[in-house]
Amino acid sequence: MAMPKEKRNGTLINFAAVMLGFVLLYLLKTSGLISNYYQGIIIQCFFTIIMVASLNIATGYLGQLALGHAGFMAIGAYTSALVVKALTNADILNGGTDLEKIILLVIGIACGATLAAIIGALVGIPALRLRGDYLAIITLGFGEIIRVVIQNLKFAGGKGLAAGQAGQALIGIKILNNVYFIYFIMAASIAILFCFVRSKSGRAIVAIREDDIASEASGVNNTHYKVMAFTIAAFFAGVAGAIFAHRGTGTIQPADFTFMKSTEYVIMVVIGGMSSLTGSVIAAVALSIIPEILRAFSEYRMLVYSVLLIIMMIFRPIGLCGRYEFSLRQFLIDLPQNIKNLPRNLQRFWLSCLQSAKDFPGRVKSFFSKDKGRDDGDNDETEAVV
Amino acid sequence: MLFITQVINGLRAGSIYALIALGYTMVYGIIRLINFAHGDFIMVGGYTLVFTIPVMVSLGMPPWTAAILAVVVCATVGILVEKLAYNPVRARGNNMSALITAIAMSLFLENLAQILFGANPRTVKTLFTFPKILGFDGTTILTIIIGLAVMFALQMFVMNTKMGQSMRAVSENKSASVLMGINVNRTITVTFAIGSGLAAIAAMMYCAQYNSVTIMMGYMLGLKAFVAAVLGGIGIIPGAMMGGIVIGLVESLSKAYIGPLTGGLVTSAFSDAVVFAILIIVLLVKPEGILGKNQGEKV
Repeated sequence: MAMPKEKRNGTLINFAAVMLGFVLLYLLKTSGLISNYYQGIIIQCFFTIIMVASLNIATGYLGQLALGHAGFMAIGAYTSALVVKALTNADILNGGTDLEKIILLVIGIACGATLAAIIGALVGIPALRLRGDYLAIITLGFGEIIRVVIQNLKFAGGKGLAAGQAGQALIGIKILNNVYFIYFIMAASIAILFCFVRSKSGRAIVAIREDDIASEASGVNNTHYKVMAFTIAAFFAGVAGAIFAHRGTGTIQPADFTFMKSTEYVIMVVIGGMSSLTGSVIAAVALSIIPEILRAFSEYRMLVYSVLLIIMMIFRPIGLCGRYEFSLRQFLIDLPQNIKNLPRNLQRFWLSCLQSAKDFPGRVKSFFSKDKGRDDGDNDETEAVV
Repeated sequence: MLFITQVINGLRAGSIYALIALGYTMVYGIIRLINFAHGDFIMVGGYTLVFTIPVMVSLGMPPWTAAILAVVVCATVGILVEKLAYNPVRARGNNMSALITAIAMSLFLENLAQILFGANPRTVKTLFTFPKILGFDGTTILTIIIGLAVMFALQMFVMNTKMGQSMRAVSENKSASVLMGINVNRTITVTFAIGSGLAAIAAMMYCAQYNSVTIMMGYMLGLKAFVAAVLGGIGIIPGAMMGGIVIGLVESLSKAYIGPLTGGLVTSAFSDAVVFAILIIVLLVKPEGILGKNQGEKV
């Protein structure tokens, strides 16, 4: 099938950008600018990006608040860790060379993601009969069950497999933290997710979010597409989990995958923008790096997040990016024009800032005065949208 | 004897869950919002007790009077949460943003408490001493009695007072109740105050039993109470009471008997999973809950 010219160009440009990112990473690493500590943060950024982007499929595009995403990450992490353990124990692949490490990681990711996707589908088929609040709660319930079960599995604790003990952290996990390879996994995941939301299935999912009765009436098989979205989200959570398990500390424990973790990813999705993968990437990177920079204030981190989230929900419920997607091709096309207009735009931006600063007291005042009597109306219209 | 002890323990836990579940259910009934921060109101109540019991004792009052202060503090926190966060979001956003706000509020309260009080558990002084009754722990019996009394009082309040009538009207149909001259905003505020006050009483009962509070104490308690509310039929007050008692009994009995019954395959460590399994079964089989009426669009 022949691609339209713009589409092919766009693909080439994006591919070039990914390679450019790789070269940059390579140069930084070989020049010694990236210490082990920084490498850890970079890997954390990568798997967080995958987690947030995949959760965005379920929460942003499908519009269903899923509060058990860390559960699928746990399945990916434990499966991958145990499979790799079994392979190295049996001396089939001992991960001595870089190539063997990559093969081990690929096998781990494949197994972890597949199992997470299977469980995701099994959970999704019954859970997605419900909507809204109830779906949020049932996913939370499944997430907790997954965690409790893992906690009580004998082979998933201690040294793992035959030497395992229930109720302990899994230790001695093979460290497979090839930052370049994880970078490509991340880039591929984002590309696949992006293609998915732009595909026929992706449009069906957005249609279900907008109005599930109308979409059903238009011939969209709601259940099928809901389960599909949920399964894909679980699959990539499994990928992220596998990377997480082998990230370098060599241990994982059920406490890494609590309801709190799921909530943290939901926060990132919401702040980045529901239905914006660009927003997900930005939020994941920013909210992974900022806490590291502000280590001194780490105890205030969640406090700030929560306040930020409430303010966001009041003033911009769709998140920072909303539904905006960054397009590199469009950016390059617009670039010459934008450079030409830069002085004028800067001036405009400055003037609008001044104007907003001037308006600010009035807006605050009107916000609080509008508060009164607001509940006298019925909110049925807004409820019907969800 | 083991069985009866387990039943009594179950009833004790159940009456605590029931009081918390009532808070969830009342708020859900009136504004259709799962108040995730409700579990943290229990924590607020618990920490208030930590600080108010010594004050009350030094004033020469019996220690349980501190619970009155805890109720006042919790009710105030509940009203503030509603006025500062839920109300503005409800006016602007949709159901999902309201739900996210509730989660954010829960995180906010937990982390604020962590900064203020530190992560270590705090001990609560003894609230009341009670003699043994028929060989059962007095505190346990008292907890059950207080729970039943509060539930009875609440039922009377909702069925027989003007405010209770407004609450039922608003949860039935908000716009129609505006036309009937009901002050919806005030009704919602009172609902939040009562729900949070019940959480404070639950906190008192919890502290009387375990003598310690932690930042995350409301997390599991709240989740299980929520399961109780869904089990009984969310939005229905008698449903929450029944659901709470059932969850308490199931938890207590499953802890004691699940190991022997399954031949050691499933141990008592799974009792949390059992509670969530109940939630999932209820949601799949009868999402409107045991006492709920089927309303297609609600789910």
